[in-house]
Amino acid sequence: MTIEIKTTSVEPIRNTYSAIARRFGDKPATRYQEASFDLEARANFHYRPLWDPKRTLNDASRTSIRMEDWYAVTDPRQFFYGAYVGNRAKMQEAAESNFAFCDKRNLLTRLPEKTQHQLLRLLVPLRHVELGANMNNSKIAGDAIATTVAQMHMFAATDRLGMGQYLSRIALLLDGSTGKALDESKTFWMDDELWQPMRKLVEDLLVIDDWFELTLVQNVLLDGLMYPLIYDHMDAWLGEQGAEDVSLLTEFQRDWYKESQRWTNSMIKTVGAENDGNREQLQRWVTQWEHRVYEALMPIAQATTGLDALDETRAELSVRLKKAGLESTGVQA
Amino acid sequence: MAIKNKKLNLKDKYQYLTRDMAWEPTYQKKEDIYPDEQFEGIKITDWSQWEDPFRLTMDAYWKYQAEKEKKLYAIFDAFAQNNGHQNISDARYVNALKLFLSGVSPLEYAAFQGYARVGRQFSGAGARVACQLQAIDELRHSQTQQHAMSHYNKHFNGLHDASHQHDRVWFLSVPKSFFDDARSAGPFEFLTAISFSFEYVLTNLLFVPFMSGAAYNGDMATVTFGFSAQSDEARHMTLGLEVIKFILEQHEDNVPIIQRWIDKWFWRGFRLLSLVGMMMDYMLPNKVMSWSEAWEVYYEQNGGALFKDLERYGIRPPKYQDVANAAKDHVSHQAWSTFYQYSQATNFHTWMPEEEEMAWLSEKYPETFDKYYRARFEHWDKEHKQGRRFYNNTLPQLCQVCQIPVMFTEKDDPTVFSHRQIKHEGERYHFCSDGCCDIFKNEPEKYIQAWLPVHQIYQGNCGGADVPTVVEKYYHINLGVDNLEYHGSPDHERWLDIKGLKPLKSSSAKKSAA
Ligand SMILES: [Fe+2]
Ligand SMILES: [Fe+2]
Ligand SMILES: [Zn+2]
Repeated sequence: MTIEIKTTSVEPIRNTYSAIARRFGDKPATRYQEASFDLEARANFHYRPLWDPKRTLNDASRTSIRMEDWYAVTDPRQFFYGAYVGNRAKMQEAAESNFAFCDKRNLLTRLPEKTQHQLLRLLVPLRHVELGANMNNSKIAGDAIATTVAQMHMFAATDRLGMGQYLSRIALLLDGSTGKALDESKTFWMDDELWQPMRKLVEDLLVIDDWFELTLVQNVLLDGLMYPLIYDHMDAWLGEQGAEDVSLLTEFQRDWYKESQRWTNSMIKTVGAENDGNREQLQRWVTQWEHRVYEALMPIAQATTGLDALDETRAELSVRLKKAGLESTGVQA
Repeated sequence: MAIKNKKLNLKDKYQYLTRDMAWEPTYQKKEDIYPDEQFEGIKITDWSQWEDPFRLTMDAYWKYQAEKEKKLYAIFDAFAQNNGHQNISDARYVNALKLFLSGVSPLEYAAFQGYARVGRQFSGAGARVACQLQAIDELRHSQTQQHAMSHYNKHFNGLHDASHQHDRVWFLSVPKSFFDDARSAGPFEFLTAISFSFEYVLTNLLFVPFMSGAAYNGDMATVTFGFSAQSDEARHMTLGLEVIKFILEQHEDNVPIIQRWIDKWFWRGFRLLSLVGMMMDYMLPNKVMSWSEAWEVYYEQNGGALFKDLERYGIRPPKYQDVANAAKDHVSHQAWSTFYQYSQATNFHTWMPEEEEMAWLSEKYPETFDKYYRARFEHWDKEHKQGRRFYNNTLPQLCQVCQIPVMFTEKDDPTVFSHRQIKHEGERYHFCSDGCCDIFKNEPEKYIQAWLPVHQIYQGNCGGADVPTVVEKYYHINLGVDNLEYHGSPDHERWLDIKGLKPLKSSSAKKSAA
């Protein structure tokens, strides 16, 4: 039985802010809506940026993608700040107990030397890729104008920092928090041939100017091949090497990737469907970058799961791209 | 890996979890990855000298922030359900919230954008992470403020179209141009302007008035936000101090550049705070402290100690600090007088203070209130009672830099405007003060671009040839509802109805619903 407590209701003058009412009608709005639509400055900027005098502040031409209204891009997760940190707080709690468990039971330190070495060479250097992703998403958050778009990238930026930190902590578990394993792992990233195509790719992404090109390459193409390759295929492969316990420490990444596809898929679909120009531009970028991403991951696949696994993830990506009207240059969906 | 070296201490561990993730690039040139670090003339010899202002890994950030958000939203929900808007001291108070939502909240969003950008621009990874965390905090502030004000917007006028108005309304170009100035500057100036001058030196003069004002006036939603943002602000302040010390220590050539930015941003910040001063002295039915007292404590004392501390870097207190100190007994009265006569074009109401408020003002401003301002107010009050509520139908001269009407007075003579003017490339420009005039002279090519609202109205760029049309069509200020005198306004009528003092006139009820 539920008891209904009577409360006085007071007649309001209006139900929501005018900008929200213009979009959704004058009715009570959701927290997501009141937090995510039309917050940004859009007109009458006073001075041109010294760092980009050809364009204004909040200039829509920072990407060549054209949208009638960027607020067509929304977040299927309905994340505004509070919903975002609430969700991540739960995820980090699970990660925390997994790390504590591995630490207490010495699940990593008891691994054979060779396996530990493999983790430092093949898994931990991905923290550098995460740092690149963090920088790219922070740039996009500063360049994209619509709040719905900018905030998803800010959340992605902090997520990537967090995941880089979890990867770093794997090394810290191995070296007993001395940093020695992190130093060792970084030498692979800098010097090991296996990582050089990837490091070059990441450095190349850091000089992309067009923020939508950047989100496509970073958040769709690179993540789209890398996450399934590393956190599904290589994860299984590590299990075969006797390092199945590491899986506990990368659960966050698997959950994260599953969730992130929801907003990235929705974003490229909306943007591609807006007009032919957009779709053609997206296709040109896919053609230009997808094979480079594939090639950057090849040495890692070859050293671990074999190329078949990478081809499989490439096929998965091409299915996702196809739903947005785009064609992968590699395996066809 | 059985051989254990020394366990990392907290500082080194945090650096391993942040800046050690970065590396020296070899496939791309560093200056192509970080193209904006050079042009301001700031020399950074060694980013590794950067001291982390706080050590917060992402997992800890998510956890603490989520706990804060949970509590905050529980209170927002209870506030709305119990119609907490009826518990405020008086409906005049809500005008402070109108000013806050249209003037301050959009700056939180601009800060999010600005920090996201500098969180990419710096080549020091430690500094990037600190800026990114501030970026996402500022996103939080802008969004929780929308939610905190959401219920007020339903029951009071003038809060309904804040970001639209921020881009357009004449007095909102004061905060807008302030942040546009910072965001269009380079990354080091942005941090000196916002993290140091704004978030460190002047922050208490913005937040204490609004948040304590809420506490003194029964506004549970706003005060809860204020409490919740306090620990964010503590981080932001630490970043501000760390930034300035770091840049100053990096190279002696940085000192004069930083000094110029401190001079500029002190003055711009001080001008912006005129709006807060008038809010504090006039818009809060229950007073917290006078603007003069706030300035004395938070600037003259605290700021004095800070600049004493910075002496060892070769930094002196901001130029024209003496003018600002002397102005503390005038600015709030001058600003309120200005808004009183132009509230046909604002999204909030104005009114003349009641007799006991005037007594309070006399007490708090013994040297100035009775001498310069009381008579003016009594005159306007009398005019109003005789059916001649004063509105000034001639638009004011704006300052080219701060964009406030040229209404401030000479340091030694409060009866004379401190109007300045100069010619630059054949054009004439006007200023409210020497402080603004100097800022212009340092970067004229920047300030000649300003979108001055009064000029834009005269140029016909604001959707109408007369003020009421501009106000209604371009500003989205509902005529006779959002603007004008408080007494007799729909807000006033509704408030009397809520308090059982007078039933709502159906005509005004309809008008406010329109
Ligand atoms: Fe803030
Ligand atoms: Fe702040
Ligand atoms: Zn000025």
